Amino acid sequence: MSFISYLLNGISLGSIYALIALGYTMVYGIAKMLNFAHGDVIMVGGVIAYTAINSLGLSPYLAVLAAIVTCTVLGITIEKIAYKPLRGASSLTVLITAIGVSYFLQNFVLWQFGSNSKNFPSVVRFPTWQINESLSVDGVTTVTIVTALIIMVALTLFIKKSKPGQAMLALSEDRGAAQLMGVNVNRTVSLTFAIGSALAGVASVLLCSAYPQISYQTGAMPGIKAFVAAVFGGIGSIPGAMIGGVLLGVIENMSKAYISTQMSDAVVFGILILVLLVKPTGILGKKIHEKV
Amino acid sequence: MKTNRINHIKPQTKSTFITFAIAIGAFALSQTLIATGKMGNQMAGLMVPICYNVILAVSLNLTVGILGELSLGHAGFMCVGAFASSVFSVLVKDDLASGLLRFALAMLIGALTAALFGLIVGIPVLRLQGDYLAIVTLAFGEIIKNIVSNLYLFKDKNGFVFGVSRTPPADLTTVEKVLNGPNGVTGIPKSSTFTIAFVMVLITLFVVTNLVNSRAGRAIKSIRDNRIAAQSVGISIPKYKLLALVISAMFAGVAGVLYSHSLTILTATSQNFGYNMSIMILVYVVLGGIGSIRGSMIAATLLTILPEKLRFLSDKRMLIYAIVLIIIMLFNNSPAIAGIREKVRRVFRVKILRKTNTPATEGR
Repeated sequence: MSFISYLLNGISLGSIYALIALGYTMVYGIAKMLNFAHGDVIMVGGVIAYTAINSLGLSPYLAVLAAIVTCTVLGITIEKIAYKPLRGASSLTVLITAIGVSYFLQNFVLWQFGSNSKNFPSVVRFPTWQINESLSVDGVTTVTIVTALIIMVALTLFIKKSKPGQAMLALSEDRGAAQLMGVNVNRTVSLTFAIGSALAGVASVLLCSAYPQISYQTGAMPGIKAFVAAVFGGIGSIPGAMIGGVLLGVIENMSKAYISTQMSDAVVFGILILVLLVKPTGILGKKIHEKV
Repeated sequence: MKTNRINHIKPQTKSTFITFAIAIGAFALSQTLIATGKMGNQMAGLMVPICYNVILAVSLNLTVGILGELSLGHAGFMCVGAFASSVFSVLVKDDLASGLLRFALAMLIGALTAALFGLIVGIPVLRLQGDYLAIVTLAFGEIIKNIVSNLYLFKDKNGFVFGVSRTPPADLTTVEKVLNGPNGVTGIPKSSTFTIAFVMVLITLFVVTNLVNSRAGRAIKSIRDNRIAAQSVGISIPKYKLLALVISAMFAGVAGVLYSHSLTILTATSQNFGYNMSIMILVYVVLGGIGSIRGSMIAATLLTILPEKLRFLSDKRMLIYAIVLIIIMLFNNSPAIAGIREKVRRVFRVKILRKTNTPATEGR
């Protein structure tokens, strides 16, 4: 393996982190809450795709669609049942509720799906791209990077150009003022959760294709890494989540390749701490000005 | 006249007395139940876990409730205390005959090492606040867990080899693997008894309640309530923030010592020292009431017993636990159902309880 293929694999892993981190950062920007259940929404997406292919015998395309739709519906439902009643409560309360939801999703899947991890069937059928005899790019890697790129461009355009996107931006800037200007808070928050969870659905299929294992714990570590990526880039900032995600994936793969496989998590988290010490609100985070 | 004197006791002191009375009463009751054989083995086995979970919850409450900073890495300090003390215990097992003295030294080593790590983590996070501080503590917790499970300590009769290399050097004869990377520490003496664990709970409660009601405690609370105002009246923010973080980490280390010495094999997994555990401790603190020492104590006890009592549900156990957790959080905190909540509370509220609750809601 050469440097370039490590880099490409890192970017591919990082794009998945970025897609998940987008869900964290959008929800944080608008609802000012850390949605700790986000990682488990990804896991549910993976389980749905697995079940659709293996038990129902659906085609991979339909399975991907099913995963995305289920994740979207799940995201909206979680928001309506668990988070909406707590609007206005302290952020720590909402955090614990999110953890409760995370436990619920994990254990529901554990109960229905069993505790063994299962082999995820290959969904992405894309040929390996042979650049020269020492360097080849896996089909999954190509698809992951391209998909993530398309989604990021589309999301940026949506936020910048469309009315609901502008409403989301306004809500994250100043909730009170946005409400006075006629932004429908409930609908915009639901939309945010829907988009974040749909991205989680896409990420779930990409993640399970790159690392073809699925169990009730699949979402936990990518979820926490993506959360780290979101903070890394500056939580609440959409371009920040993209940059943070890709950087984190590259750092993780590089430290696995050149430093130590077992210690890669320590390296990733160590770099995060260093970045936060130099820039306490992340790479693209807004500076908080304190008023006395 | 006697009643008059009782009324003159400061509300905080009264509240502290109630906390200690509950703790000692619960200890006496469970000791009686164990002695008379009324308590099942399953419950008796939970006594030490209850004690270390109470210590974890009370010490985390110092950071989250009194200092007002969210920490997601409390289990990391527990991990440090657990490994430092159990390596010590295994090393001196043959040389130190007295079990109690050895355990006391192990306790001291575990607590001090965790406190040192509290300082190491505390100094850099002084720059950070809120969610950024939370993520850094989470990262530190994961780093500690990751590094600990890659450390090796080999011992033979001449000395030690310590490092990240998994194979012992060739010149070592009859190697004893004290710390064996992912396989952890084996052969830890089972020194954690209910009585020792309970004494540690009392010490924790004593230190934390005294700290909270002292001059330093008021300084820490003033930082939580308004950092800028505290700074402008001359309170040194780094000093008091570090004080709270170090003491909190130290008691997490104590809990780690109790935990590791109730096992024979200690490994660092994401189950016992990962962020899951840190979050579990946070759940105790939030459910017990942020800032309430007594609440943390009671919540930690109940939430240690609850999953065990739900064991008959087998694989649906944690599912029920999750649902109960969500419902409690919604019921206790939702602004939408504040009216219903007040009605329910009025039914359960006893006059005496209200009397002690109203004057001081902090540091009970």
